[in-house]
Amino acid sequence: MLKFLTRTRRPGKMDITDILSWLWLTLGTAVIAIPIAWAMLSSLKTQAEVNSFPPSLIPQSTVSTQVEGYDKDLSVWEWTQASGETKKVALVRRIGIKATVLDMEKPEKTFQVPISEITQLKDVHFQWSNYTDPLERFDFFTYIKNTVFVTVVATILTLLLNSMAAFALSKYKFRGKNAIFMLILSTLMLPLSVIMVPAFIVIVGLNLADNLWGVIFATVATPTGVFMLRQYMLTIPDDLIEAARVDAASEFRIYWRIVLPLCAPALAVLAIFSVIWRWNDFLWPLIVLSSPENYTLQIGLNAFQGQFSVEWHYILAMTVIALLPVTIVFLVLQKYITEGVAGSGVK
Amino acid sequence: MKNLSAFLFSILDKFMRLVELPTVYVQKKIGVQRMGYLFVAPNMVLFSLFVFLPVGLAIAYAFTGGTNMLIWDRPFIGLENFSRLLNCGSYMDPASCEFDLFWTAVHNTWWYTLLNATGTLVMALITAVVLNRLSKGKALFRSIFFYPVLLSPVVVGLIWKWFLARDGLLNALVLDLGGERTIFLLEVWWSRFWVVYVSIWFHMGFFTLIILAGLQAIPRDIYEAAKVDGTSEWRQFWRITLPLLTPNLLVVAVLLLIRSVQVFDEAWVLTDGGGPGTANTFIVQFIYQTAFSSEIRLYGLASAASVLMGLALLALTLIQVWLAKKAEY
Repeated sequence: MLKFLTRTRRPGKMDITDILSWLWLTLGTAVIAIPIAWAMLSSLKTQAEVNSFPPSLIPQSTVSTQVEGYDKDLSVWEWTQASGETKKVALVRRIGIKATVLDMEKPEKTFQVPISEITQLKDVHFQWSNYTDPLERFDFFTYIKNTVFVTVVATILTLLLNSMAAFALSKYKFRGKNAIFMLILSTLMLPLSVIMVPAFIVIVGLNLADNLWGVIFATVATPTGVFMLRQYMLTIPDDLIEAARVDAASEFRIYWRIVLPLCAPALAVLAIFSVIWRWNDFLWPLIVLSSPENYTLQIGLNAFQGQFSVEWHYILAMTVIALLPVTIVFLVLQKYITEGVAGSGVK
Repeated sequence: MKNLSAFLFSILDKFMRLVELPTVYVQKKIGVQRMGYLFVAPNMVLFSLFVFLPVGLAIAYAFTGGTNMLIWDRPFIGLENFSRLLNCGSYMDPASCEFDLFWTAVHNTWWYTLLNATGTLVMALITAVVLNRLSKGKALFRSIFFYPVLLSPVVVGLIWKWFLARDGLLNALVLDLGGERTIFLLEVWWSRFWVVYVSIWFHMGFFTLIILAGLQAIPRDIYEAAKVDGTSEWRQFWRITLPLLTPNLLVVAVLLLIRSVQVFDEAWVLTDGGGPGTANTFIVQFIYQTAFSSEIRLYGLASAASVLMGLALLALTLIQVWLAKKAEY
């Protein structure tokens, strides 16, 4: 047995370590995927279906039909007769353990059956209105609009301002350059949770409280962005810049027309991260924004789930909306994201 | 689409030409090399406003009392905020403290940090080692394990709240297996367990990637030599991988501690604000509530708590820098 456990791997053969590895990967994948998949499936169920227990896996809804002589639609049930035969019936009313039904083929005559003999028919049904209702009836359209605004503007500013700082720190010689670089890096050690109270007071002082610009301005200068771009710009040969200076290009022009285009790959990685950061931001917008018309999607969704805590069909649909952009970005650009994280330890 | 982006770019370019004009003037005045100041200025202004100034303000506010927001309207009270926060019969018993909520939060954060950091480190290490020995499908599984990291805390909180709900999938499974239906998030110990579990689920992929990068930096030929000697894979792990990875793991561990101390977002959403009762109230939540969501906004007290937490984080950061330096040699 010991020999079996400790023998070395031979190519093409599964040993116990391989089996354990695959077990770990399968289990891990299931643990990660199941809650997400479950939320997605549930987000397509009707409210009644969401609230039923035990839950059904696939979104379903009850089947109903119109029968002549009845104002309302009748629900369709399957009647298992004593003989074992099954028949489709429509339920007219239910009293105690008896149900008044009618045969769908001969709808003129109603008769009574014990309810233990009938089961309700359901078919697959996706309740897409869970996704459209909150946009119309609640403020989710505004929340999404605000989030898109914050994400786009903050990302553009992040790219511009951080690349400028990176350009200064990689291509110029001026007094205090290293001190400034160290100062910028030191902000990595000062997380928002430590400075959130005075940072909010600064926002109030700037008259940006409850304003989307207050959310944007505090987030666009990022030490990780400056660091990433600086490292990249160090690889750009100085001769290129010297040549442009000989051609009498202004320094700003060199930045805009030469250095920035050359940094496109690094800018792209920073843009991906910035979009994900800003789309997902929670604590800072929670502090800055106070009126619902200014909420971002994350804040609005959190407020909505606190206020309408029973409307899970809406909550889950909006949760899926909130995770969708990030998921799409990840599916398309996963290589850049995982390599960016592994390479620089940013998140 | 192509036309549109070309059009947008031409507008941006025209705008940048306008921006260029004053910079040319400045360049003439200060010279080429000192243009660096101009380029770094916007970033430094923002850092000063939203990082450096707040650090100073946090310390200043921590020594003032009252409920006014403006610093010059606030009375200087010396160390009173700190002494009140630290005023305890016994530090082991939050109920004996003047601010029992603060000490409850400290205790909760301490236990959360310990369990979360250990749990995440072990799970991330195992996952990284397993991923590293894959020859096929490595990129795929790496992405799967990393995916939760990209979700927002609200999304993660809600997904799990739904999974653990009274009518949720987990309760259906538990009932199916003959167990008893439990409202997990309303029971003190269950809710604490799930807060740690969800945190590990959420952040593990990030640390897996970092450890994986460390694993890939270990030279292959060491393993080749071990294989030639007939060393089993288990032995390789304990004798080669772990010792060579230890400096890396220590840095990751301290990073984990730093992150864990700041727990707030997903726990706040998952437990409806730290419940049941105060079972999942953490330090950041105490600061947030003291400063923003209570009737009387005690900025001084919240700042004092921030300063205490900042000092703890600073100590951890210094340890991390020291460990990272040591790992390099």
